[in-house]
Amino acid sequence: MTDHPIPAGSDLEIDTLAALQDKEPPKEPRSQWKDVWDQFKHHKGALFGGGFLIFITLAVLLGPYIWTLDPQKLDIRNKDMRPIYTALWDSTAKVGWGNPLGTDNLGRDMLANLIAGGRASMAVGWAAMVLALVIGTLVGVVSGYFKKADFWLMRFTDLVLSLPILPLLLVAVTLFREPLRANFGPEGGMFILIVSVIGLTSWMQTARIVRGDILALKEREFILAARSIGTTSGAIIRRHLLPNVVSPIMVSATLGLATAIITESALSFLGVGFPSDFPTWGKLLADSVQRMEQYPERVILPGILISLTVLGVNYLGDGLRDALDPRIRGR
Amino acid sequence: MLTFTIRRLILSIPTLLFISLVIFLLLQLAPGDPMAQVPLTVPPEVKEKMREALGLGQPIHIQYLKWIIQFFWIEPQVLVDHWFGTSFAEGKQRVISWQTRSPVMDIVVQRIPQTLWVVGLSYVVGILIALPIGIYSAYRQYSVFDQTGTFITMIGFSIPPFFTGPLLIVLFSVQLGWLPSIYDTTHVVTDWESFKVQFMQMVMPVMVLALQTTAQLSRYMRSSMLDNLGQDYVRTARAKGLKEGVVVMVHVLRNSMIPVITVIALGVPAIFGGAIITENVFKVNGIGQLLLTALFANDIPMVMTLTFIFAILIVLFNLIADVLYGVLDPRIRYD
Repeated sequence: MTDHPIPAGSDLEIDTLAALQDKEPPKEPRSQWKDVWDQFKHHKGALFGGGFLIFITLAVLLGPYIWTLDPQKLDIRNKDMRPIYTALWDSTAKVGWGNPLGTDNLGRDMLANLIAGGRASMAVGWAAMVLALVIGTLVGVVSGYFKKADFWLMRFTDLVLSLPILPLLLVAVTLFREPLRANFGPEGGMFILIVSVIGLTSWMQTARIVRGDILALKEREFILAARSIGTTSGAIIRRHLLPNVVSPIMVSATLGLATAIITESALSFLGVGFPSDFPTWGKLLADSVQRMEQYPERVILPGILISLTVLGVNYLGDGLRDALDPRIRGR
Repeated sequence: MLTFTIRRLILSIPTLLFISLVIFLLLQLAPGDPMAQVPLTVPPEVKEKMREALGLGQPIHIQYLKWIIQFFWIEPQVLVDHWFGTSFAEGKQRVISWQTRSPVMDIVVQRIPQTLWVVGLSYVVGILIALPIGIYSAYRQYSVFDQTGTFITMIGFSIPPFFTGPLLIVLFSVQLGWLPSIYDTTHVVTDWESFKVQFMQMVMPVMVLALQTTAQLSRYMRSSMLDNLGQDYVRTARAKGLKEGVVVMVHVLRNSMIPVITVIALGVPAIFGGAIITENVFKVNGIGQLLLTALFANDIPMVMTLTFIFAILIVLFNLIADVLYGVLDPRIRYD
C-alpha cells in the first residue's frame, strides 16, 4: 500500500493510519474523459462506427490529393466502364485500372465522383448538425435558465415540432432555389439553402433535452454557491452549466449528423437537391436509378456509403450514450 | 380525462392556425410566378385580370383569410353535401388547383386511397413484425437472437428507403423477375387472380416502409419490456405459480405496451412523410407523389392544402397519443 517501511513494533493503530502517510496518491488520478473512454472501448459497435466515421472523413478530405482525377472530366471514349471487380465473373466486361470503380454514361470517373460526393454530403451533414446544435443549445439553455422565456420558447418548440418537416423542406428548397442561386452561385446557394433548412428544422429535440438538464442542474448547490459569490448569469451558464450538458449534446450531435446526411440524400433523390454537375451521394444514387439494370453498382456504391456512414454514426451515438452516462459506466 | 381532451382539442386550434400561417407565408415569400407559363404575347392588362382571377390581386392578409374560410368552412360543407345530398356549398368558391383548374380536394380524395393502402398496410405489417421481435429480444437479453435483432434494427434505421427501394427492385424485379417494379393504381381486384397481382405489386413498397417502422418500434418494445421485466410484480406473479407464458405475455406485455402504443400513434404522421420517397421510388400515385408534382408545377393552392393535411395529421396523432397515454395508464393524471 505504501512505500514507507512500517516502523518496527507498530501496533494496530498506526497500521490503520498508514494510508494517511502516503506522500502521493498510489494511483494516477483518473479524469472523467479517461473513464468515458474506458467504457466506450467496451462497445465494439461504437468503436467500429467511430473508426469508420474517421476513416470516411479522412478519405473524402484527403482523397482528392491521392486520386487526382477530376470528377467532372468527361472522357466519352471510356464511358460506361464497369468496376474492376466485375472482371472476376465477366471476362468480357469493359474494365480498366484507370477507372477502378468504373465510369458513368458521360465517362466521368466513379471513384473521383464518390470522393467528391462524399465531401459534399459530409460537409452538408456536419454544417447542418452544427447549426441545429447551436440553435438547440441556445434555445434549451435560455428556456431552462430564464423562467420568463421558458413558457413561450417551449410553446414555440412544440409548434415547430408539429410542422410537417419533409413536405416543408421540399417546399422551401424548390421555392427559394432561384434567388439563392442568383446571389451565391449554383453550388454555394444550394449549400446555404440545404444546410439552413435542415438545421432550422432539426434543433427541437436538442433544445428539449438541454432544457430538461439545465432545469435540474440549476437547482444544485454548486450553482447556488457560484451565485452567492456574485457570478453573473452569463458566467454561470458558460462556466458551470454548459460543461455539464456536453454529454447529451454530443449524443444528439451524432443523431443530428445521421439525419442530416439522410435528409440531404433524400432531397437530392427527389430531385430538389444540388445541381446535376455537383455530385453528392444522394445525387449519384438518384441519377443512376434509371439505368440500374445494366449498371447496378452505380446505385449500390453510393447507397452503401450513405448507409455505412449513417450506421457508423448511429453506433457511435449508441456507444457515446452508454459511455457518457455515469450510471451505466463501470458496469 | 374528458376535460383534458377538450382542452387539448381547443389548444390545437391555435397550433393549426400558426402552422397554416407559416406555410402560407412561406409560399407567399416564394418567388415563383404562376403566370410564368403564360405566353409573352398576352397583353399586360389581360395578365393582370388573369392574376386577379387566381385571387392574387388581394393583399396578403385577405388572401390568408379567404384561404382559411375556404379550407375550414366551405370544404367541410362540400363534404356534408356529398354525404347527405344537401346543397350548402352551392355556388361557393372552393380551393382551386392551378394545374387542373378543378377543386384541390377532389384530386386529393382520388389520391388518398392509394397512399392509405400502401402506408396503412406497411404500418400494420411493421407493427406485427416489430412487437414479437422486441418481446423476445427483451426476454432473452444479450442472447444471439437479441444481438442479431439489435444489429438488424440498427441497419433498418440506417439504410434510407431511397436505397432499399432500388435495391429491392434490382433484386426482385430485374434479377429474379418475381415482382413488378411499378405500382399500377388502375388495377381493380375482382377475383383471386387479380388479387394475386395486387398482392405482388404491394409487397415491395410495403416492405420498404415496414422496415423503417420495424426498426424503430422493436427497439422501443425491447427497452419497455426490459423496464418491466425487473419489476417486483413480475417476481410476485412468478412466485404465486403463474406459468411463464402468462407472466410475460399477460402481465409484463400489457404494462409494456403503454409507452409503445403512444409511440405507434406518434409515428403515423412520420410514416406519411416517409411515404413521399417510397411513392416516388415505386411510382405509386398517392398524395406524396401529388405533392411533388404540384411543387414542380408551382401549383401553390395544391401544395398549401397537402402540406396542411400533413400538419393536421401530426397535430391529430399527437393528441391521440396524449389521450391514449392517459387512458391506458391509470397512474397518469392530467389536471
